Amino acid sequence: MTAPSIKMAGHAAPNAPAPATPRNLPRTGGVENPSAQALADRFPGAVLRREVIWGDTNVHIVPARARELVQWLHDDPSQQYEYLVDVTAVEHRSGGPLEVVWHLRSIAFRRFLRLKATLDKTQPLVVPSVWPVYKGADWLERECYDMFGIRFEGHPDLRRILMWEQYKEGFPLRKDFPLRGRFSRSEQLTQALSANPEAHYSMGELRIADAFDDLPAEMKVRLGHGEVTGE
Amino acid sequence: MGLSPRPDPNVVSWQPASQEGFITTSLDFIVNWGRANSLWPMPFGTACCAIEFMATAASKFDLARFGMERMSFSPRQSDLLICAGRVPFKLAPVLRRIWQQMPQPKWAISMGACASSGGMFDNYAVVQGIDTIIPVDVYVPGCPPRPEGLIYGIMMLQEKIKRERMADPTLRREMEPDPTSQLYIPASRIDELSEPFGNSVHQTRSAP
Repeated sequence: MTAPSIKMAGHAAPNAPAPATPRNLPRTGGVENPSAQALADRFPGAVLRREVIWGDTNVHIVPARARELVQWLHDDPSQQYEYLVDVTAVEHRSGGPLEVVWHLRSIAFRRFLRLKATLDKTQPLVVPSVWPVYKGADWLERECYDMFGIRFEGHPDLRRILMWEQYKEGFPLRKDFPLRGRFSRSEQLTQALSANPEAHYSMGELRIADAFDDLPAEMKVRLGHGEVTGE
Repeated sequence: MGLSPRPDPNVVSWQPASQEGFITTSLDFIVNWGRANSLWPMPFGTACCAIEFMATAASKFDLARFGMERMSFSPRQSDLLICAGRVPFKLAPVLRRIWQQMPQPKWAISMGACASSGGMFDNYAVVQGIDTIIPVDVYVPGCPPRPEGLIYGIMMLQEKIKRERMADPTLRREMEPDPTSQLYIPASRIDELSEPFGNSVHQTRSAP
């Protein structure tokens, strides 16, 4: 009788390379992450090109297939990208492209992979959400939407996270956004002060909904009328 | 021999043997003396200035020497708002509500370049000086100010408080409660809610 094999989260696979600090990395070239080749073999139509920059592997993909690729990288036993480090975006200067960037890490195989998808700025900025794969993508994608205006299809609650929800001036990290904003200072202040400081939290966010049945009866009545806090 | 030293006008001295158990002074003086030396600060720390504020309150610089050892983390039991750090526009309604929740008399210190003017953050997200939101009594410059700077600002505020006169309402404007405001709670209701600890609504000059 053999002991059942328990998969420990955060433990490296037995055949994973030993951790090492990379030194003297070239700007381009170097050892490519084997996952990039595997991804290109598995999805030949979705991988546009691959490159190694400062020792990290970038894979440029077709935006519409991001969710599919990330799902495979997460689920496949030979990849095991369990950790979504970041979802962000880069807009390049002088009318350059707008890229959505996913940083993935495979703890089991000690690999780091960067996926990039270039969006056409003349079209609506839409990419599939990876929230169904990584629940941690929730706030990362909200921040990306807040700052760049990229819509993530399939995100459960896509709204602003850093700026307040009534913010009307646009998306601050876009290159066409002036540093001081679009409105006058007095208009900005007037709009900010008109916000209700308690309106940032929805019932779902506070998870009151989960405990609703255990609340006192009179509190249930008050919450039923739309009250958000006890003040 | 020689002249005896002049009495310090800022010190209340009481010698039962010579003065037979009572003192005479002006009401303004004794009220302001009490207020200036028992401020309860409410720190509104949003950035690195709050670290310097903590150092000011800790043992080396010791804010307790000025009657401020009692930090109030509730605006309802404080009378000095120390805004330490930059205030983004998203926090502007929060800061204003905290100011409105403080009982009168109340004062505000704007600590550091960012709170006073926006500082280096001349951008879309940061309020360009909290005096656009709330009235400010003392601005402390610095990025961040050293604890000595903050203490100097606090002492300036104490000087300002000691010069207040009941006959002259221009030095500090009392905010009358606005019954049409969403935040308005009648004094009787506050009394009811705040039992048994009491509340300061009846301690202002303007309250009925």
